[in-house]
Amino acid sequence: MSREDNSSWLKTGPHYWDGDYACAEGAIAAGCRFLAGYPITPSTEVAERIAERFPLVGGTFIQMEDELASMAAILGAAWGGAKAMTVTSGPGFSLMQENIGLGVMTETPCVVVNVQRGGPSTGLPTLTGQQDMMQARWGSHGDYEIIALSPSSPQECFDLTVTAFNLSERYRVPVMFMMDECVGHMTEKVVVPHLSKIHVLQRRWYRGKKERYRPYVPGKDLVPPMVKAGDDFRFHITGLTHDERGYPVINAACQSICVTRLVDKIKQNADRITILDEDRVEGAEVVVVSYGISYRVATRAIALARDKGIRVGSLRLVTVWPFPERRIAELADKVKCLVMPEINLGQVYLEMERVACGRCRTKLVPHCGGWVHDPEDILAAIVEGAKP
Amino acid sequence: MKHTNSQADRQIADGKHHPLEPYLRMDRIPHIWCSTCGLGTCLNSFLTAVRNSAIPRENIAVVSGIGCTGRTAGYVNLDSFHTTHGRAIPFATGLKLANPELTVVVISGDGDLVAIGGNHFIHAARRNMDINIICVNNFNYAMTGGQFGPTTPETARTTTAPYGSFEHPFNLPFLADSCGATYVARWTALHVRHLTASIGEALERRGFSFIEVISPCPTVYARRNRLGTGLDLLQFYHDNSVIKNGIDTRECDIRFQEQLIIGKFVDEEKTTFHDTMTGYLKDAVGEKYVPYVGPMEMPGNGD
Repeated sequence: MSREDNSSWLKTGPHYWDGDYACAEGAIAAGCRFLAGYPITPSTEVAERIAERFPLVGGTFIQMEDELASMAAILGAAWGGAKAMTVTSGPGFSLMQENIGLGVMTETPCVVVNVQRGGPSTGLPTLTGQQDMMQARWGSHGDYEIIALSPSSPQECFDLTVTAFNLSERYRVPVMFMMDECVGHMTEKVVVPHLSKIHVLQRRWYRGKKERYRPYVPGKDLVPPMVKAGDDFRFHITGLTHDERGYPVINAACQSICVTRLVDKIKQNADRITILDEDRVEGAEVVVVSYGISYRVATRAIALARDKGIRVGSLRLVTVWPFPERRIAELADKVKCLVMPEINLGQVYLEMERVACGRCRTKLVPHCGGWVHDPEDILAAIVEGAKP
Repeated sequence: MKHTNSQADRQIADGKHHPLEPYLRMDRIPHIWCSTCGLGTCLNSFLTAVRNSAIPRENIAVVSGIGCTGRTAGYVNLDSFHTTHGRAIPFATGLKLANPELTVVVISGDGDLVAIGGNHFIHAARRNMDINIICVNNFNYAMTGGQFGPTTPETARTTTAPYGSFEHPFNLPFLADSCGATYVARWTALHVRHLTASIGEALERRGFSFIEVISPCPTVYARRNRLGTGLDLLQFYHDNSVIKNGIDTRECDIRFQEQLIIGKFVDEEKTTFHDTMTGYLKDAVGEKYVPYVGPMEMPGNGD
């Protein structure tokens, strides 16, 4: 077979790609033209694909000295005007938390891809896990809200990478793209749509008068418009608590205004951000809530349960953060049990349990990582949950 | 006639205004720095160099890390970024690569740049990233109350070295030189004209430049070591600095209250990271190579 022609910037048509490659192509489709990264299994193929493709599509790839630098570099690139992304796995994700916090505080649009592996520490470099979900939510210090997506297939690695960029531009927040080793290394059919069918959100530039520009005056949606360096706005941004001018103000009153808006711009727009994939949820006695590769495994368990005559629905968290509190609360009033399989010992589950708040039973199907669940384990939880 | 920023601003600068007022965020003055600290002088030298430069002001961006010097970014009336501790250089790297038209200046302290940020420093120098580093060396972590750092001279006292520091300090010009910096200089906060001229040179040239500024910290370092006020330290710099342009940077070690070797040590031409990358890829990839063209309207059909 001849080597694939990689020259066209958008590779419209069907492909046989793994999730990592599809993620790289999704970034290119979204207009990402800057990637800073550091090699780490099982995410390296994203950077490898980008390193090959960027010189053909007008992008700049730089391999940095570590993940601290990679995250800092994409923030700098975003303020230089580029759509920027970095890619890593658990240990590197830990190092990035410092500047993810800076990205949140300075409201810098960018995408952070984490192809998850088993942890803690070096853990299982080549084997899967979903153990960084709470790190995605709370990993950097201080109070903040974040957006995180979790693809379940290579096709979604393409589609949702575009969505991740759109959300980061729309809400000016670093978006966590939480893949896992299985989805990253799984090879399936990926169809790249025609350019006209891909919805790409442009950066929302400030259009007002230069002399009236203040970096952190939000719109009605609580999100301020962006500028970039070099356009004579002579703006200042800082990781310190700041006022609308972007100037540091170190007191409780300013902290309250600054942090409250950072949190509210996500919370108040949660319904617009949230993407859920539901199947036969209405009338179900048990609903399996899952995300990422665990959704694929749960699908088998759900089929087996339906064979037994149990009314089972599926709710897939395409966006995991912000947590879909409203929908989970609605379901908790209607079903006997919410079941969540995840490849950790209970992370997103704790949020589900909190929101269900005793209105229905909740069941965790835990897994330490290294492999996916046995569908029989999820089935057992469904059967248990369907009991009166 | 070559346009310079100073000509553009002369009208404002004449009379009752400070000549650098257009280059300062006057709504943030007074600054937080201590009386007789050297940072005001460093800022003055930098902004004077900017004013004298032919580079349009909107094309100059300042990136700082954390600490006393890290506050510099907050006072300059330029695109300015106050980032995280140690990460000013990689942030600047991303900024520069995303908009290669920018002149990017990192102004930060010795602890920020060569302790917590040391790895980024050596790699940016190795790559010959086209950024300018101004490192204000006050021999300690002053913002946190005066702890020893990677440049504290042996035997100098700090809060975390109450019996005197026993670690070997970095010789910063040698470090920068050996990692590949193409312009290396050291001045003190007393050598205002030399420093200003040096910053001006660095702004105009391409490649990784490094300027160390020895600067008084009257409130913590000098007080704990009974070195007097900032003025006493300037007198010390006056009496003990020796300009040795072009000297081997291995000879630039600093010992506690001994002779200070200052000057321009390295000034050589080398292809920058950006030029190397684009040149190499053009050859290696051939006619299919599409160079990055700077910030642009990204392809897309959305609103």
